[in-house]
Amino acid sequence: MKINALNKSFQELNAAIKKAQNTTSLLEIQNAAGQRYIAAGMEKGRVVHIYGTPGNDLAAYNCGAEIEVFGNAQDQVANTMDGGKIIIHGRIGDAAGYAMRDGDIYVMNECGYRCGIHMKEYMGKSPLIVIGGGAGDFLGEYMAGGTIVLLGIGCNRTMGSMGHYCATGIHGGRLYVRGQVPGDKISKEAKVVPCTAEDLEKIAVYVKNYCEYFNGNFNKLMYEDEFVKIVPASSRPYKAVYVNN
Amino acid sequence: MDYNINLLPPKFLIQRDKDRCIKCGACARQCANEAHVIQLDGSIKAIDERCVDCMRCVSICPTRAIRIEEYPVKFRESANWTEEAILEVYKQAETGGVLLSAMGNPKPFPVYWDKMLLNASQVTNPSIDPLREPMVTTLMLCRKPARLELVDGKVVTEIPPQVKLNVPIMFSAMSFGSISLNAQKSLAMAAEEVGTLFNTGEGGMHRELYPYQDHAVVQVASGRFGVYKEYLERAKIIEIKIGQGAKPGIGGHLPGEKVDSEVSQTRMIPEGADAISPAPHHDIYSIEDLRQLIYSIKEVTDYKKPVSVKIAAVHNSAAIASGIARAGADIIVVDGFRGGTGAAPTRIRDNVGIPIELALASIDQRLRDEGLRNTVSLVVAGSLRNSADVVKAIALGADAVYIATAALLTLGCHLCRTCNTGKCNWGIATQKPELTKRLIPEVMYKRAANLLRAWNHEIQEMMGGMGINSIESLRGNRAMLRGVGLTQKELEILGIAHAGE
Repeated sequence: MKINALNKSFQELNAAIKKAQNTTSLLEIQNAAGQRYIAAGMEKGRVVHIYGTPGNDLAAYNCGAEIEVFGNAQDQVANTMDGGKIIIHGRIGDAAGYAMRDGDIYVMNECGYRCGIHMKEYMGKSPLIVIGGGAGDFLGEYMAGGTIVLLGIGCNRTMGSMGHYCATGIHGGRLYVRGQVPGDKISKEAKVVPCTAEDLEKIAVYVKNYCEYFNGNFNKLMYEDEFVKIVPASSRPYKAVYVNN
Repeated sequence: MDYNINLLPPKFLIQRDKDRCIKCGACARQCANEAHVIQLDGSIKAIDERCVDCMRCVSICPTRAIRIEEYPVKFRESANWTEEAILEVYKQAETGGVLLSAMGNPKPFPVYWDKMLLNASQVTNPSIDPLREPMVTTLMLCRKPARLELVDGKVVTEIPPQVKLNVPIMFSAMSFGSISLNAQKSLAMAAEEVGTLFNTGEGGMHRELYPYQDHAVVQVASGRFGVYKEYLERAKIIEIKIGQGAKPGIGGHLPGEKVDSEVSQTRMIPEGADAISPAPHHDIYSIEDLRQLIYSIKEVTDYKKPVSVKIAAVHNSAAIASGIARAGADIIVVDGFRGGTGAAPTRIRDNVGIPIELALASIDQRLRDEGLRNTVSLVVAGSLRNSADVVKAIALGADAVYIATAALLTLGCHLCRTCNTGKCNWGIATQKPELTKRLIPEVMYKRAANLLRAWNHEIQEMMGGMGINSIESLRGNRAMLRGVGLTQKELEILGIAHAGE
């Protein structure tokens, strides 16, 4: 089923989506023009294709729906997402995957600031963000779990394809970075370690998916540059800061 | 030889009356701080420096053999270098740490509740006897339409979701992790019995609280712990936590050692991981962004749930509250600097924020001036100690109040202010099973419910004295208040006249 988002307010559009989602498995939204909260809290089994530019908080609180955007997305994609899959054929704005607990986000191009902030994993749940291009400052801030993969396509990967203050406050989870991570870009709460064979196996799966979604060259992405891993230097970065008074 | 002398004397002296002590050892078994230790010969030794004066041993000693006194030591204090100031320097010299304290601001700042007096009717507009005449303390929280449209005598205006409270008092946010599940459950049961709400805090909602979800306010804080669609749908009200009175501008940090299996499941984070929720929500940098979060919650709950925004009382609270009202919140919660906490940096707790009385008066006035007052309910928190404080708060402009410290007192809290150690002997601010089992919800909830009922009776009596028979007529009725010993400026901010005027 198709919904034309042209000239619809976010409330009108989302009401139309909520009404339609029970009657169809695949929803196609055309002419999205910055409407917020599209597919917010959508349940598993739904598939939404979006043409145009969805607004902030796309797929917030997503409970398992699959969202594909044929264009760019704005800020806080997948805010507090609990499951599902999001594929963006373009770039995403700031704070993507804020506090997401499960599900996957694949972004063809770059992401803005604070991507993956507060990502957490819990029991069987573990979130994933794969970014094709570069990342803004504070990538993986306060990260408490999950995985971020930064491919850095089109970036100077010797200088680091991320912005400054990468992994500030990280106390769980991991980032896989293609290319180098210069010391001035990474926070003191994080450390860079080489990838193990097990890591590379996982990375290969993510890269394969990326290539499948965005028509990429697997061998080039996988083997042209080495991957390194960013992990927390400590699971309790702020343990020694306080004294009982 | 250790040259590093401990400069900190004990705070308390444990006195044991040898004639009364029967060496039963109950004190030693009950003290999680291990201030009483059974010796090999069966005698009990007191270790003063471990005592926090929580009075658990005093309360359970069957022969009343224990006394806790202030440790009889005299620092060469001056009005400037008090004992407290000296001791704090010693502690920081020893550890290099940021000082961490519990509960609300203990400093002698003015308590404005105690500088306001209530009116009572004499002769005209006579008093009402609340025991024999109707006296309504029920209220409806949340946004009210500016006007009602009637067609054929029927209201056609769409009324936003309303939440009914039988008493103008709710239990304030205390998360699972900062307090025990038994403490949360006690308050949930009391809220259900009396017809008011409790608040899960920002740590998610434990499944054992699901039966009380119709009385639950759930919080969404920057760490988004335990936040998912179902959590939002279970709630009666969803509260966005921006700030907390005890530590404005400071986030929450539940240390990993308090994140056991149950806390981990409820917060949806790994066991033993620190739960860090920094002061800023990183999707909120402006009032417009706050509106965005409010509406994301409304969208995902189909506009069925009222959204509340909680801020700390700070210098520009009135302007901030105006922004929050415009951002679409249904309730604004303002938390004053005497509000409690499980842990806050001492300097922040003691020096940041403003008294709730002044913040409340200025916010209510600002919202009225801007024609926004009907669009939000105003709830205040931050150490309301008794029913008179509640009446004064409502007369200053609040719809309802939150209590937390008083609520914990009903469960046995003795305000020893060591919540942050996780060794609460009363089973409140701890997750240790041997301690939490001491607090039995099925017994203790009655005490919390009693407090609400007692306060409500007193509120009715005070209202009756003023000749007011509905809490709605008390709200913002500042003519019922008079100040004593206040400056012209204070009276002006509170919007009240001086006694005798």
